[in-house]
Amino acid sequence: MSAHSTAIEVSSKRGVWGGGNEPLKASYGKLMMWFFLLSDIFTFAAFLITYLAIRVSYPAYAGAAETFTGSNEYWPVPELVFEALPFLHGVHAPLIFVGIMTFILIASSVTMVLAVEAGHRNDRNDVVKWMLWTLLGGITFLSCQAWEWSHFIHGTDGGSLLTYVNGLGQNVTETVFGANLMVNEYGPASFAQLFFFITGFHGFHVTIGVFLLFLCFYQAAVGIYDKRGHYEMVEKIGLYWHFVDLVWVFVFTLFYLI
Amino acid sequence: MEVQDTKSTLQVTPRNEEKIKKIWKTAGILLVITLAEFVMAFTMDRGILLYALFIILTIWKAKYIMMTFMHLGDEAKPLFYAIIVPLIFLVWLVITLIKEGSDIFMMRW
Repeated sequence: MSAHSTAIEVSSKRGVWGGGNEPLKASYGKLMMWFFLLSDIFTFAAFLITYLAIRVSYPAYAGAAETFTGSNEYWPVPELVFEALPFLHGVHAPLIFVGIMTFILIASSVTMVLAVEAGHRNDRNDVVKWMLWTLLGGITFLSCQAWEWSHFIHGTDGGSLLTYVNGLGQNVTETVFGANLMVNEYGPASFAQLFFFITGFHGFHVTIGVFLLFLCFYQAAVGIYDKRGHYEMVEKIGLYWHFVDLVWVFVFTLFYLI
Repeated sequence: MEVQDTKSTLQVTPRNEEKIKKIWKTAGILLVITLAEFVMAFTMDRGILLYALFIILTIWKAKYIMMTFMHLGDEAKPLFYAIIVPLIFLVWLVITLIKEGSDIFMMRW
C-alpha cells in the first residue's frame, strides 16, 4: 500500500500532523540527543546561576593584587587563585594553565566537527583519524583537570590564616592549606564547594564523553558504521562533545574570568 | 563465526574543502575571542563593564559552537525553536538570582 492510496484528499498542512513523515527532519536518536542536551543545559545553568548568586552575595577583594591573601570574608580574585603550572613550582602564571585547558577543549571540538564532516562523506579513514585526535584532546583535558584539582586541594606553601567554624562546631583560628568542602585557604567555603561541584560535574560529563568517543572511534575503525550504512552515531556523539565544550566556555568565563 | 568483512561498501565522497574551511575559520574566531578575553582580564579594571563584555563574548562564542559546530542553524525551524525558546526562561532566572544575591549582600555586610 502506498502513501498516496488514501481516498480522502488531505491538505499539505494537515499532512504534517497525519503521521508517516518527519516534521523535524531529524532522526529519533538525534532528536533525543538534542532534548537531553536541553535538559542538561538547564542543569548546568542552575549550577552556574547559583554560583553567580552566591558570588554577588560576598564582597569582592578590593586591595592591590600583590598583597592578596585568602580570606573567608571576601570572594577571591580568580587569577590569583589559579596561577600555578605543573612542574614549575612557585612560578606566578595567572590563568595560563586554564587557558591551555580551554584551548585543548576547543581544539578537540574542532577535530570532532571534522570527524562529523568526514562521517557525512562516509570516509572511514578520516573519521578514524579525527576521532583519535578528539579522543586525545579529551584525555589531555581530563589529565589537566586532575592536576588542577590536586593543586587546588593541596594548596599553596603559605596557606592562609582563617577564623572559621570547624566540623565539630568549634570556632577556630588557624592556618589553612588547600581546600575541602568545609574550609579553604582561598575564600569563603562556598567558593571551593562550588568549584568542586561545577568543575566536577563538568569533568564527569567529559569522562562519559571520552568513553563515548572511544566507542565511536572503535566502531568506526572496525567498520560497524560502514555495515550500518551511515555514520550518524558520529554526529550524535559529536553533539554531546560540543555540548561539553559549550559548558566549559561558560565555566571558564564565570569561574576564571569574572 | 565468519571473519568480519571490513571492506567498505559505501561510496566515499571527496572532501568538501569549502565546508572544512568554514570549520577552521570558526575555530579561528573562537580562539581570537578567547585570547581577547584573556587580554581584557589583565588590562581592564574589574567592574560591571568588564563583566558585561565577558558575558557578551561568551554568548557570542556559544552562538558559534551551537550554530556551526552543532549545526543547529541547519536543522528544521521547529527543532531550532524547540531548543532555543526554552532558554529564554534562563534570562529570568539570572535576573532574579542576581537580585537575590545582592540583597543577601546588603543584609550580611
